[in-house]
Amino acid sequence: MIVLLLAHFAAAALLPVLGPGRRSVAVAAAPPAASLAWLVTAAPDVLDGTPRDERWAWVPDLGIAVDLRLDATALLLGLLVTAIGVGVVLYSGRYLGATPAATRFLASLVAFAGSMLGLVLSDHLVTLYLFWELTTVTSYLLIGHDTRSPAALAAARQAALVTVMGGLAMLGGIVVLGAEAGTLRLSELTAAPPSGTATSVALVLILLGAVTKSAQFPFHAWLPGAMAAPTPASAYLHSATMVKAGIFLLLQLAPVAAAVGFWTPTVATLGTVTLFLGGWRALREHDLKRILAYGTLAQLGLLTLTAGVGTPAAVTAGLAMLLAHALFKAALFLVVGAVDAATGTRDVRRLAGLRHSMPALAAVAALAGASMAGIPPLLGFVAKESVLDALLASDPLLAWIVAAGSVLTVAYTGRVLAVFVGPPVDGVRPERGRRLAAVPALLAVAGIVLGVAPDLAKGLADPAGEAVTGVADAVKIVLWPGITPALGLSALSLALGAALVVSRRRVDRGLAALPRLPDAAAVFEGTVTGLLRLATRSTAVFQSGSLPVYLGVVLAAVLAVPGVALLGAFEVPDDAVAVEGWVQGSVLGLMAVSTLALLIARRRLAALLLLGAVGYGMAALFVIQGAPDLALTQLLIETVGLVVLAVVLYRMPLRFPGSSWRPARVVRAVLSVGVGVFVTAAILSAGSPSPVTDTSAAYLERSKPDAGGSNVVNVVLTDFRALDTFGEITVLTTAALGVVGLLAGLRERRR
Amino acid sequence: MNPRPSPVLDALLPGVVRATLVLSLYLLFAGHNAPGGGFVGGLVGSVAFVLVYAARGGGAMRRAARFRPTTYLGAGIVVAGVTGTIPMLVGEAFLTGAKTTLDLPLIGTVQPTSALAFDIGVYLVVVGLVLAVLAAFPEEGPS
Repeated sequence: MIVLLLAHFAAAALLPVLGPGRRSVAVAAAPPAASLAWLVTAAPDVLDGTPRDERWAWVPDLGIAVDLRLDATALLLGLLVTAIGVGVVLYSGRYLGATPAATRFLASLVAFAGSMLGLVLSDHLVTLYLFWELTTVTSYLLIGHDTRSPAALAAARQAALVTVMGGLAMLGGIVVLGAEAGTLRLSELTAAPPSGTATSVALVLILLGAVTKSAQFPFHAWLPGAMAAPTPASAYLHSATMVKAGIFLLLQLAPVAAAVGFWTPTVATLGTVTLFLGGWRALREHDLKRILAYGTLAQLGLLTLTAGVGTPAAVTAGLAMLLAHALFKAALFLVVGAVDAATGTRDVRRLAGLRHSMPALAAVAALAGASMAGIPPLLGFVAKESVLDALLASDPLLAWIVAAGSVLTVAYTGRVLAVFVGPPVDGVRPERGRRLAAVPALLAVAGIVLGVAPDLAKGLADPAGEAVTGVADAVKIVLWPGITPALGLSALSLALGAALVVSRRRVDRGLAALPRLPDAAAVFEGTVTGLLRLATRSTAVFQSGSLPVYLGVVLAAVLAVPGVALLGAFEVPDDAVAVEGWVQGSVLGLMAVSTLALLIARRRLAALLLLGAVGYGMAALFVIQGAPDLALTQLLIETVGLVVLAVVLYRMPLRFPGSSWRPARVVRAVLSVGVGVFVTAAILSAGSPSPVTDTSAAYLERSKPDAGGSNVVNVVLTDFRALDTFGEITVLTTAALGVVGLLAGLRERRR
Repeated sequence: MNPRPSPVLDALLPGVVRATLVLSLYLLFAGHNAPGGGFVGGLVGSVAFVLVYAARGGGAMRRAARFRPTTYLGAGIVVAGVTGTIPMLVGEAFLTGAKTTLDLPLIGTVQPTSALAFDIGVYLVVVGLVLAVLAAFPEEGPS
């Protein structure tokens, strides 16, 4: 499995080198196609209940591994990710043409496909988190694909901020859950769910991650904004796959969440609010993509609601609905892309009668739209029936809520399909739309095949639900259930929805008369601006910009806390010697003289050189004590530091400013002497009787045979504690980038 | 940067810089068994560029470095990260060390370790950090 995942990223890295053209489309489509083929060959075994596991060591000391597991749930999601992935790559090749920007888009797209596939295959929560954040990064790149559009960049930033915030909360939840359960493997967690307060806290944090990713209220605003992405990305990420990640996680955690009392009401409420919010806003939009985006919000709300209920029937029905939604919504988005390409607009007020010029596209749209509205015999109907069935069995109120939401779904479906009926408009170039019809047609046909032969859909959704809940055959997935309450609800919502479509004009007028709710995107912008303003104000208070004040605060804190703590524990070891031999003594004398001279130096450069003398003296002491590595490092740091400081001094007045305020000098003197005394006392007290502890003995012993090096300092840095070193160089790089950014900003301002 | 470059420093510079770079590479490669390593080697290597900066200014330093500081930083992180990831492909933990023994003609027996590759990453990051800090200062003199 890991080879297939890595192939995605390899292809993404290779694409910019290949450059635009047919070849790049083939390279981008190959990894998802190979993964699809592999999933299909593995499917029979997996659906029979024998999942495939793969484990790659990562950081075993922390219990972290790359655990991949292909069970029936992962198979269902994986098939969607890879099949729609191949389709979207092929579609994008035609949609964007052969430009360097298109190649960049394909590279991000295939990297996303790999991340998403990794996410659904992850059986370890840390691995899942890694891929989760990778989808956020690739989503950011895809939304902000048009780097010249400020709106697209703002939307990308908003999406990234919201989902990264949720992701961080989720990471916290994962850590807590792991500590509580003693394992981070999903399969082990669901087999033996932990319980207690810590588990509840962990679940709330994970829920935060899930609802931001799946754009649930009140974090929904980023999804309509994400429509700034090119349409294929909207179809793939922001309707079919990535936004399902949160729901996928909620469904997987349903067995763990069953023990938490507030879970179902909370999640179901969030889902309900999002369901109505999305359906309502979809009716007020005029841009086809935004209508579909709000429609996606509504459907995600519906899925969240079923995940919150969490009964075996609801989980299985939710998975069936997820499958149906991915197929019809991706198809509709791709149809909108074709309409956009043919007409140059997505405004429903300017479009009509497109079925005359593009009959095939109209048929595809009708099929996918009918599935979205829940009209038999399409998969959308079958899945919604099983959702209603599952909810009627446990929470009838929620079933009514879903039916009411479906009324809105039918109404906005009507708006989307309206662009194909009526008198034709001018300025259509149908050939541009027709060549984009193939991929959405396949998706729409899949919807009708799975609807007419619901056993196929059941064959996928039922084992997937069983893999989560352990209950097979939990809910009916059939085309004709007989006369049941669920069918009645479906018929009722179809009829009411149709009425809303027919009286479209009157509904529009009524909606226009209503006051607009505050826009969530504006609320988000306000929050970010407010936070920045708060940061500026608090910075102005806490960060005076005066180096003496900063140092003073730090040193005073050192005296106040560890200094006071040392007062009681201070003792001089018996074997303490003031000076060992005349060499050490003379170096120490030199350092002391330099320090005293530093106090009376008036020129900055002189002070700097004296400071350097103290540092070099320290290096000499290291040499005398037999620590060449330390000495070398100290010497070099001192040298580089001196030069960099000299460069800074070059820009400052030659001399220190004259006599400063007297009380301030007294305070500084007291602080300096105090810290000096404290450090001396601390080192004396800490002087351990034996210089070689157990740890260092073990390192000394293992250095040569285990790591093949006789310089223990270096072996510790590059082998035994290499993870720490890796962290350190990452920090160094971050700091260097920070310096570059800060000084570049400064230069910018000077101009 | 220096308005009156010292002719002595200027004349000696090419030789001194080359010698310093060679020393830094020696420290990098010797580090596993003798004093040195990626961190120390990187510091010596950056001293070479610091010398160029002090003698001939930021532009000369940028030319001498050939690549941008961020390229050094990125390359260092990638080298260290990839070195750490390779063991995962053969089922070992992230950053597991490996070593081998080679008998090379003329040079003799050497024992390259994966820690050396990791150390090269550290070296590049240190050089990149110093270059980035120096290159970030504006060119003009005291204001």
